[in-house]
Amino acid sequence: MNLAFVVMLPFLGAFLPPLVEKVSANRTLLALGAGLLPATALALLYNPARQVFAGETLRTTLDWVPSLDLSLAFRLDGLALLFAILVLGIGLLIILYARYYLSAKEKAGRFYAYLLLFMGAMLGVVTSDNLLLLVVFWELTSLSSFLLIGFWSHQTGARKGARMAMTVTGMGGLALLAGVLLIGDVVGSFSLQTVLENGDLIRASQWYPLILCLVLLGVFTKSAQFPFHFWLPHAMAAPTPVSAYLHSATMVKAGVFLLARLYPALAGTDLWFELVSLAGMLTLLWGAFVALFQHDLKGLLAYSTISHLGLITLLFGLNSEMAAVAAVFHIINHATFKASLFMAAGIIDHETGTRDMRRINGLWKYMPYTAVLAMVASAAMAGVPLLNGFLSKEMFFAETLGSHQLGALSWILPVGATLGGVFSVAYSARFIHDVFFNGEPVNLPKYPPHEPPRYMKVPVEILVALCVAVGVFPAITVAGLLAVAATATLGGNLPDYHLSIWHGFNLPLLMSFVATAGGVLVYTQRRRLFAWWARLPEIDAKLVFEGRVQALGRAMAAITERFQNGSLQSYVAWLVTLVAVVMLTQLGRLPLPSLQQALDGDMLPMDGVAIFCTAMLVAGALLTTFLHRHRMTSIMSLSVVGLMVSLLSVRFSAPDLALTQLSVEVVTMLLLMLAMYFLPVRTRAESSSIRVVRDVAVALICGVGVGGLAFLVMTGDGASISPFFLENSKPGGGGTNVVNVILVDFRGFDTFGEITVLGIAAMGIYALIRDLHLASAKYDSLGRPWSRDAHPLILVTISRPLLPLALLIAVYIFLRGHNLPGGGFVAGLITSVALVLQYVASGVGWVHSRMPGDYHPVVALGVLLAGLTGVGSWVFGYPFLTSSFTYLYWPVVGKFEVATAMLFDTGVFLTVVGATLLILANLGKLSLLDDKKEGA
Amino acid sequence: MELLVAIIIGVLVASGIYLCLRARTFPVVMGLTLLSYGVNVFLFSTGGLKINEVAVVGKSADPTDPLPQALVLTAIVIGFAMTAFLVVLALRSQGEQHSDHVDGKQDDGGHQ
Repeated sequence: MNLAFVVMLPFLGAFLPPLVEKVSANRTLLALGAGLLPATALALLYNPARQVFAGETLRTTLDWVPSLDLSLAFRLDGLALLFAILVLGIGLLIILYARYYLSAKEKAGRFYAYLLLFMGAMLGVVTSDNLLLLVVFWELTSLSSFLLIGFWSHQTGARKGARMAMTVTGMGGLALLAGVLLIGDVVGSFSLQTVLENGDLIRASQWYPLILCLVLLGVFTKSAQFPFHFWLPHAMAAPTPVSAYLHSATMVKAGVFLLARLYPALAGTDLWFELVSLAGMLTLLWGAFVALFQHDLKGLLAYSTISHLGLITLLFGLNSEMAAVAAVFHIINHATFKASLFMAAGIIDHETGTRDMRRINGLWKYMPYTAVLAMVASAAMAGVPLLNGFLSKEMFFAETLGSHQLGALSWILPVGATLGGVFSVAYSARFIHDVFFNGEPVNLPKYPPHEPPRYMKVPVEILVALCVAVGVFPAITVAGLLAVAATATLGGNLPDYHLSIWHGFNLPLLMSFVATAGGVLVYTQRRRLFAWWARLPEIDAKLVFEGRVQALGRAMAAITERFQNGSLQSYVAWLVTLVAVVMLTQLGRLPLPSLQQALDGDMLPMDGVAIFCTAMLVAGALLTTFLHRHRMTSIMSLSVVGLMVSLLSVRFSAPDLALTQLSVEVVTMLLLMLAMYFLPVRTRAESSSIRVVRDVAVALICGVGVGGLAFLVMTGDGASISPFFLENSKPGGGGTNVVNVILVDFRGFDTFGEITVLGIAAMGIYALIRDLHLASAKYDSLGRPWSRDAHPLILVTISRPLLPLALLIAVYIFLRGHNLPGGGFVAGLITSVALVLQYVASGVGWVHSRMPGDYHPVVALGVLLAGLTGVGSWVFGYPFLTSSFTYLYWPVVGKFEVATAMLFDTGVFLTVVGATLLILANLGKLSLLDDKKEGA
Repeated sequence: MELLVAIIIGVLVASGIYLCLRARTFPVVMGLTLLSYGVNVFLFSTGGLKINEVAVVGKSADPTDPLPQALVLTAIVIGFAMTAFLVVLALRSQGEQHSDHVDGKQDDGGHQ
């Protein structure tokens, strides 16, 4: 039988109840649908269980993410089998119970779905054979228990309780994950088998203390150990079937399960003893003590659960094999009596309408049958002989007596255990006496109470019967299961022990006697104790927790708002500052010469022209900056800067760049003029002087930094990959203009990406301009109207003959591009400038009556052509964009080279023309709209 | 000569960044243009400076580095497209929010 399939069954089953609910409103049918797959899973475990009893460990593995060592690995050994039986068995009883507990109005389908989801997650935790997988299921239990605890989401208590449970157990889960990752690091595998076999390696590791603390954080949060116990009582806001399930057999048991699971890997050290037994002892005492003072039935059971979990934890912490056996035994016993008690409490709540023990009294008269069941179960909880709780409690007392790890202080353990026993008896007595005797009920919402429906009692009956059977005949009922489970827990060596109800008169029996007598005595003094308790200041963990969470949220929000304040201006400032800081602090790591070396090195000599042009450029840049509110002047100085940058390219052997820069300069200026036309005439003086000083400082730091960096790079040794391009340009790409060959051939794919970006930007601009209505100012900042002469005659006259000339030059530049400065980019820009000139001179209407005004097809065609050229290489079996060329002899022109790269360059050309005209023509049309509105 | 180019780059970057930090869209557009000049010259300069050594096969014995030139050439064109995008974004923001503040803050008091 495939284990993975069995584990998946409850998950699959989660889909059934909502489906059934759609078909039929019959609650019995719904419960049957919910129970079907868990019951199947339980039945399917029968044969594997026999193998496990025969001493085998069943394992199955499916790869999930092998590179992370994460696999869907499941194992069924004694411990896993015990928990699988608890999870599925008690789960089935809960489903039956919930059938009668939930009212017809409630969404039972969703309830069962959550329950099955949780059941599957829990089953996954207990059967995982891979620690990472275990953590995944562990977190799934946190998530699904959140849904269950918060099932009555209309109640604020349910929401807060669910949130608290998820926060606490979820954080523990994260700590557990960290611990598991460390274990995997130490052992070299996440396989549970390997980890269990390498316990010595882990304990010897320097990380052991950290690993242990992290794993224990996961365990203690899940099992509600002190000081993380506070979430459990608030999880009582859940429907009672959920409490009965989560707090008896499953959720909180996941923590102690992990203690048992990793016992061979982590236990046996002093640190383990100190941490685990201390937390266990504190939890045991505190839970038992507080349970006595709860007036809420479920509250009493909740603190009792905390206390019993503390007991189990303490047993594991004792580092003794027999104690581990006792712990596993108590896990079984606690699951049976606590589940039945929660269900009994639910019945009482259901029938009386309240859970307040100050009002529920004397129910013996009204529901004697339920009373008997509840009384037997609470007697088991108190540890009364002939019931299962007695057996494991005796073992517990014996183990505390046998532990000498505290040296001279070893008496603390048995004394603490007895004290815990005293309170345990006292609150059990209160549960019995307050509820079923103690006079008459007080002002019940439902009166008179009566016995619940017949089948609602069945789950309680079964569990109580188990309590008695185990208590009376331990050897024939539970011994086998306990033995395999304890063997698996200890990793093979089972100590010699004997389960029986009578061990003769000994110290543990005396402790039990003291506990019982003391408990009864404490209970008789309850009025005084309650009065004392009532005077204590009340601390509501929910309020404290919510307060802390909200304070944390506020603090985080304040930090976020400090940076994410919605101001783009400050984002840019932060960004630039951060980059400057990174640059300044990391500069030393770059392989650059020192400043002194750089200054001493060879440099090109300066000359007058260069100094003059530099001065012009610097002046232009500074003017642009300082006069940015005088927009026309600012644009004019900017154009000077652009011109000087082009000259710089000419000077330093980059004619292609110079041509490109020059033509881009023209379209950029047109663009800025158009922008100026629509933006407010006056740029307001906005910045405070502090801001100006700060920005100047940031700008200066960046400028000096980048300038200095450039200087160092320029004077560095400049090892480059370029010789390859220079050598292969002619033989490989068929062109002598290396820059162009790089663009269309060597790095053609980059260029393809870049023209695509160009196309996307153009389309984005087109989309932004659509439906945009802007009012332009009628006067400039000095109050002068715009010129009435929109299309001056001289400009019109000169521009028209220029068009064919410009186009001719573009063709020339394009064709020679492969061998001499030029190419698709430059030719495209020149063509654009020639056409834009017509727009400026003669107007949009004039141009569009003579040529199509839609440019997006041109952009698309350009990108498509470039792409198809690349794809074409595939047809001939070459990689994308492999170019090929040949030479043709044209009449008149002579020898002429034809390369597929030219086709690609045509694509570039079309994209550039299309994008530039798309941008400018559409912006220009905006003013047309504006004029029309004006005219209308 | 390298020192002059470094000064140019420094001035372009500093003025570009200062303008980019302003609150109104028009100076930001201007600043971005200046900044892209600065970045382009910086990238170009990483190939080293050579005079009259054009990277055309057969025209020069020791040609300049063609790779930064190729990179910068496309950067210039894309820089134009981005500037245009920013301009249109500024216009759209003006059209929608009737303010040329980069954060869309409304102008208090007088109109333009």
